[in-house]
Amino acid sequence: MLRRVVVTGLGAVSPLGGNLKTTWDRLISGHSGIGKVQRCDTTDLPVSIGGEVPMGEEPGQLNVDDYLSGKEQRKVDTFIHFAIAASDQALADSGYKAETEEQQDRSGVMVGSGIGGLPGIYDASITLKERGARRVSPFFIPSTLVNLASGNISIRNQFRGPNHATVTACSAGAHAIGDAARMIAFGDADVMLAGGAESAICPIGIAGFAAARALSTRNDEPEKASRPWDIHRDGFVMGEGSGVMVLEDLEHAKKRGAKIYAEVVGYGLSGDAHHVTSPPDDAHGAYRAMKMARERAGLNPEDIDYINAHGTSTPAGDLGELRAIKRFLDGKTDHVSISSTKSAIGHLLGAAGGIEAVFSVKAIENQIAPPTLNLDEPEPESEGIDLVPHKAKERKITYAMSNSFGFGGTNSSLIFKKFES
Amino acid sequence: MSDIANRVKKIVAEHLSIEEDKVVASANFSEDLGADSLDTVELVMAFEEEFGVDIPDDAAEKILTVQDAVDFLSEQSKAA
Repeated sequence: MLRRVVVTGLGAVSPLGGNLKTTWDRLISGHSGIGKVQRCDTTDLPVSIGGEVPMGEEPGQLNVDDYLSGKEQRKVDTFIHFAIAASDQALADSGYKAETEEQQDRSGVMVGSGIGGLPGIYDASITLKERGARRVSPFFIPSTLVNLASGNISIRNQFRGPNHATVTACSAGAHAIGDAARMIAFGDADVMLAGGAESAICPIGIAGFAAARALSTRNDEPEKASRPWDIHRDGFVMGEGSGVMVLEDLEHAKKRGAKIYAEVVGYGLSGDAHHVTSPPDDAHGAYRAMKMARERAGLNPEDIDYINAHGTSTPAGDLGELRAIKRFLDGKTDHVSISSTKSAIGHLLGAAGGIEAVFSVKAIENQIAPPTLNLDEPEPESEGIDLVPHKAKERKITYAMSNSFGFGGTNSSLIFKKFES
Repeated sequence: MSDIANRVKKIVAEHLSIEEDKVVASANFSEDLGADSLDTVELVMAFEEEFGVDIPDDAAEKILTVQDAVDFLSEQSKAA
């Protein structure tokens, strides 16, 4: 008998803010977190825009000093800073602490990332080339490994249960949440911190994605560059940050009187078996992931109220997903609202599935669908479908689905349900 | 205190994020100053950098305290 799994804590770091509250408030009010890249010199790069986490001491910004000492900060790359900040927020929000040995053994971590410490790898490569092997830091490897987000969160909170990490490109955050929920359902843990973290905005990251022709080159209008389903979209905008949630066995949550946001009722995953970076025209893999999630949840197409789409703003990807969603809903699209929050924060890659799952749960909590910014001229194929253009929309949301698809043709869909005891 | 000792003290304090006055000559990096095995490797690299010397692994293994570091680096600067 599988156990029921609920969401009891949420945390986020994003281009819209250093915490979930700021991020959510700005998302719902239609702000964009996209701008000119500040962190590195983009003079010789074809793309100079991105969604960077606002860092500093102003309210709403991320001040890493609030989470880690200077010495601790130096030993881990930026994606781990983000993961720690988001997981600390989520855990504080849940009110849970692993205090006894038994609690520690029954608590785990699963925070994924697409690339992990790419800026650190870039810097160390330069050090090796210019100054030799003896100058490469002993912290280089543990600061950049993808699973060291989970590893550090585990040490920090004394979570001694499953210590795992997904590395499935832009599906990593969603896979982490889905797989962690299953670990709880199977009884491997009672509590899991799950989500994704990414910080790949650095010269080699931008150059690589630009070379793959994946990025928008709308360098002069950063806030308008991420425009999912708009006919003038020309690629995604790199974002960074982290989204982490506390997943918990329902009975465990009830016993400690936890605030329950939502239940994880559906999870589906699939492979395109098609191409390393492009989906097939009909996005059958995306369709099958959504269908598996819906069937796992025991739902009909008309039960889905809100879909937080993958919607990256790439010409092929957005169209494929739209077609897959139509097929998934048996063409019945009157009841559903679909939006892409990447229009505001860009594509957080391995963190996307994490933060977008957090947004889906917040959408249920607040009964509001976040907007799709910049949707001025929608794809003709989207006619009759509510893509929540420009402004957030208050509406009934009992079931919210979050889609994430990654390079390698790896797809995942999560379905959350408004919690009813 | 010698110039070398001062420079060593500064590096240790900075890398281990501790107050300079805790970095006394007799302090053991791991037992007294909280350095783990990777911190120690990084410290030796920082000494190499600051003083422009190579510290071979067998010598590095013997540098356990602040005084060990000062002694080793003083020897090196005399030799040079």
